[in-house]
Amino acid sequence: MAKITFITSDNESVTVEGTSGSVMELAVNNNIKGIDGDCGGVCSCATCHVYVAPDSVAKTGEASELENDMLEFDDLTNEYSRLSCQLQVSEDLDGVIFKVAK
Amino acid sequence: MKASEFSDAFEEARQEKGIGKMNDQNDPVTMVLRHKEVRKCAHNWKTFQSGAEPGRIVIPSEVNIRDTRQIPFEVDPPMHKTFRDIVDPWFKRPLEADYQNGLTKIIEGVVAKALNSNSIEIVSEFSLPLQSRALTYLLNTPYSDADLWISWGTHVFRSEDSDLDAGKANILYDYIDKEIDRAIENPSEDLYSMLLASEVNGKKLTKEEVKGVIILTFSGGRDTVINAVTNSISYFAEHPKSLEIIKEKPEMINNAVEELVRYFSPLTQMGRVVTEDTHVCEHAVKADTRISLCWASANRDEKVFENPNEVVLDRKINPHVGFGFSHHNCLGATHARQILRILLSILSKEVTSIEVLEAKENIENLDNFERKIGFDSLTVKFNK
Ligand code: FES
Repeated sequence: MAKITFITSDNESVTVEGTSGSVMELAVNNNIKGIDGDCGGVCSCATCHVYVAPDSVAKTGEASELENDMLEFDDLTNEYSRLSCQLQVSEDLDGVIFKVAK
Repeated sequence: MKASEFSDAFEEARQEKGIGKMNDQNDPVTMVLRHKEVRKCAHNWKTFQSGAEPGRIVIPSEVNIRDTRQIPFEVDPPMHKTFRDIVDPWFKRPLEADYQNGLTKIIEGVVAKALNSNSIEIVSEFSLPLQSRALTYLLNTPYSDADLWISWGTHVFRSEDSDLDAGKANILYDYIDKEIDRAIENPSEDLYSMLLASEVNGKKLTKEEVKGVIILTFSGGRDTVINAVTNSISYFAEHPKSLEIIKEKPEMINNAVEELVRYFSPLTQMGRVVTEDTHVCEHAVKADTRISLCWASANRDEKVFENPNEVVLDRKINPHVGFGFSHHNCLGATHARQILRILLSILSKEVTSIEVLEAKENIENLDNFERKIGFDSLTVKFNK
């Protein structure tokens, strides 16, 4: 079981729990504002863009090349950007904080 | 060749030069063919603008048949975002469960009718009614309006003998003008009324702006959805096991839809007008000429997709650009995706096999390139 916190663009903080699936799915299932997951997680729509809190980066690891390619042309991208559909929920993510980009 | 095989018309040009050239009514186009370059150009709205003369970024150009600016499609940032913020919540409604239930009923009706026929022509008797009825749902207008739209045929500007049929476009425009007047007199819960009640920068949208959004809604999602649905049917007909697999693993539906959109790329390309002398793929392009973002070519780029010319229904990572890319990504994508997801779910449950009885391909002629985009007609039999 991982406890994951989302901070939306209107600064609301929501903590939810999950055991499997992607972080995008967890967010969509919990109606986190600003995460639509339009493409269902195949890395094609970027409607699942989040920023990893700086001290959570060690837990999430690095983005893949294709994920980075996708983020490269997004105006909102910064060094903490990830596509949340490319992050799997597991114990390793317990305590991680994501800021929703949109 | 199988009906469901769609070859890659751009392979050679993409690998060798990265660009292609075509002449469109004496306003030539440099087609950008590589995945990365397409996305780069799509993102660079300052050099490659959408807010040019209305109709010019569309290929074939519609400059000669319309003056109304399609919104938000033919507007650049930052105004683009202002309009997009107004329409996005409306076009995202297909994410809601209620919306999906309503859409399911519509598509169930179309599939049930096909199952009860000895043979059915998919373009005009299946995809066109499906798209038209789903559009009533998206606009939140009466279901019966679909009958009129079905009578217009599969494309709002194209007819049997012409790619650009002004007479046909005018039928749509007159219809929309009347609908806007109706909504002014009797506001309802439909898209027209929502737009008429909206403001940009403190000013109500004008009738012309409302018309621009509605024309886009009608023309953007018409032949694209019809082709996506028809082509998917051809695929399932020739790959009967895939329906079985989806039935067993409904969690695959999402990946399958994205892959079908990648492979078939319902919209071949979209243009932009170049605002300053620059380069694409090391080829010079001049200010006030046009480039096109060739989604269909990018979606077969072997540098990005393994086995690009195969449908891999459970392709996991699939950064396709079938719905465009960057600011101007497809407004109707959420709706289109739901249509396809629901269709696959119903087909996998209700249909055991589909037989192709007759297929007439629709080939797009782009000067140096010939691309199969769908079918003029596809007659099949659905088996329970
Ligand atoms: S959900 Fe589409 S890219 Fe993540």
